[in-house]
Amino acid sequence: MTKNLCTPDPWTRLRSLTNARLALGRSGVSLPTAEILRFGLAHAQARDAVHQPLDVETLAHAFQMAGFTSLCVASQAPDRASYLRRPDLGRRLAPASASLLQNVATSPLPLVFVVADGLSSLATHSHALPLMQALLPYFPELRTLPVVIATQSRVALGDEIGQLLRARMVAVLIGERPGLSSPDSLGIYLTSGPRVGLTDAQRNCISNVRPEGLVYPEAARKLAFLIAGARQLGRTGVDLKDDSDAPGIAQSPETPVLPANEAPSHHTVCAI
Amino acid sequence: MQYSASVGVRRHVFADLKTLLAKASPLRSGDLLAGIAAASEEERMAARIALAEVPLMHFLQEMVVPYEADEVTRIIIDEHDAAAFSVVAGLTVGEFRDWLLSDATDGVALAALAPGLTPEMVAAVSKLMRNQDLILVAAKCEVITRFRNTLGLRGRLAVRLQPNHPTDDARGIAASMLDGLLYGAGDAVIGINPASDSLPAITTLLHLMDGFREQYAVPTQSCVLTHVTNTIRAIEKGAPVDLVFQSIGGTEAVNSSFGVTAAILEESMLAARSLKRGTLGDNVMYFETGQGSALSANGHHGADQQTLEARAYGLARRYQPLLVNTVVGFIGPEYLYDGKQIIRAGLEDHFCGKLLGLPMGCDICYTNHAEADQDDMDTLLTLLGVAGINFIIGVPGADDIMLNYQSTSFHDALYLRRVLNRRRAPEFEEWLEHMGIADYHGDLLPQTEQQPLLAMAGTNWGAHA
Repeated sequence: MTKNLCTPDPWTRLRSLTNARLALGRSGVSLPTAEILRFGLAHAQARDAVHQPLDVETLAHAFQMAGFTSLCVASQAPDRASYLRRPDLGRRLAPASASLLQNVATSPLPLVFVVADGLSSLATHSHALPLMQALLPYFPELRTLPVVIATQSRVALGDEIGQLLRARMVAVLIGERPGLSSPDSLGIYLTSGPRVGLTDAQRNCISNVRPEGLVYPEAARKLAFLIAGARQLGRTGVDLKDDSDAPGIAQSPETPVLPANEAPSHHTVCAI
Repeated sequence: MQYSASVGVRRHVFADLKTLLAKASPLRSGDLLAGIAAASEEERMAARIALAEVPLMHFLQEMVVPYEADEVTRIIIDEHDAAAFSVVAGLTVGEFRDWLLSDATDGVALAALAPGLTPEMVAAVSKLMRNQDLILVAAKCEVITRFRNTLGLRGRLAVRLQPNHPTDDARGIAASMLDGLLYGAGDAVIGINPASDSLPAITTLLHLMDGFREQYAVPTQSCVLTHVTNTIRAIEKGAPVDLVFQSIGGTEAVNSSFGVTAAILEESMLAARSLKRGTLGDNVMYFETGQGSALSANGHHGADQQTLEARAYGLARRYQPLLVNTVVGFIGPEYLYDGKQIIRAGLEDHFCGKLLGLPMGCDICYTNHAEADQDDMDTLLTLLGVAGINFIIGVPGADDIMLNYQSTSFHDALYLRRVLNRRRAPEFEEWLEHMGIADYHGDLLPQTEQQPLLAMAGTNWGAHA
């Protein structure tokens, strides 16, 4: 016997258009039992994702195999519990990591990439390298730039990293806070003239990089557009507008954004 | 000025008003992070005992954030209405609590007093109040605003329909918008948080919502929640802008980190009003705030996050906003650690905003790295409903797939309407009845494929079975 205890919504077909929780139906005015359980499971999994540590060794190896040079650093947050309560610790390098970067710093760099765990190591592990590879057509010299893998890191850790490496810009690729439907969303923060103490108004952000969200080639195109814009404007932040979708702007991967012999003029960095 | 209170043989001393307020504030992780919270429970109570003795007049003399250094302080002081204040000018903070709770003090008296209160006075008295006090006093207030409908009437509750999509896909957004409207949500505003700040993308979304609203004569307003400077650009390019959105905070430094000043807000308000798109009123601003933003931007001047949040309302009120939304649990556990702290903060924000004369709503929400869950949201939702909140957020299934946090669902609003008998904005209520979505009492009607909005979905977006 079928029990018609719930009022169904006759628009379930709209679910094909979005991952949002549409047409859930109702028990009276409330959520049906099936959705209560589905939601509860997703929340449990997202909670677990926050606490999963980034496998730095495996990630560094993957970057190496792809022809990139990577360095590993840690913030001043000793563990996840401290990281969650003390964002200030996640914005500064541990003394040993700061010394390491000071020792490797040579001539000024046009751009440094920071690959950071943030709040979802799953995002960083899954999407940072494919995104870097999608950037290669825009950046012939990409593999000559160091990739800094950072743990217990906030966006602003990129400011100190960029400053120590004398970078004119920093791009921080970082795991965003996990959502119920997207435990693996990567964010990109671009910051010109990285130095300790910058605010978010001085950055540009590209969010939700993942196969089900902003796909790698699109994210790479947007980032290349912002990097070119930041070089032209001399800064990042609210004055730099993302008009990459404007008609007539057809960014070609054949046009390198940063010339190989780029002279010192400005900086790039990202942070969360 | 120095403050003190004696507890037995121990004397607790507080160096200045800013310190006193911080030590008197209920425990929260953001004040611990800033290093300004009370060191013990006794010190916290001693601070409250001392704070209760401070005359309200004194708040006009001693600044929490220096006048010379901060635009928000200058606005608070320069625009203070001494005549309105005179009713309570002789009271201490402790007496002010009693005055607010008194049977003789009604909504009319509170509305008249609002321009005479500073955010710091309101924050101070909130620190002496229990949750039920915050609810009782807020429930006396009625703050009505208008654009294409009437929001904030007593016994009413509105919902911001938030149909976000991770890539701003027009059909995905439209699908969530339809889901919300069919659940009777959207009278506060249909507001999209865009994934992209690109002007063409923003303009596309504005046209999508406006076209839909016009086609179905929906008595509501739309908004794309992008930076105020983008909205000004959109207006200049002729886009259909109803409301101007901006995140704001309680100090000049945090606003600077948001890339905004009082002058920019003024310019945007005048630009939006010049379009004359509101049919019932010209409340054109939509602000979002949240405790902890100033500390997050390193612009807190050593003041506690709840006092600074109230100062954000002090800035907001000069622009006569349609909606002010405290996004209470979005900022994360370093500022509000768990359900208890989020619930307390939500009630404080609603109380302070209402007392300052603002049309307060709340994004009752949490993130997955906070120690909170749906049960905590149900509690805050119910309490704010009792307190007479102007609007809440509606997201399909409470899961925002673009901003990655949990807010309230369309079902949550229906729950509140059912248990507290809260109706929608009157114009929107009529429209829902006309469309066959809800009946005369506001209860949802069962739908079929013949519902006109669904027929439109099939025609316009190719969403066939």
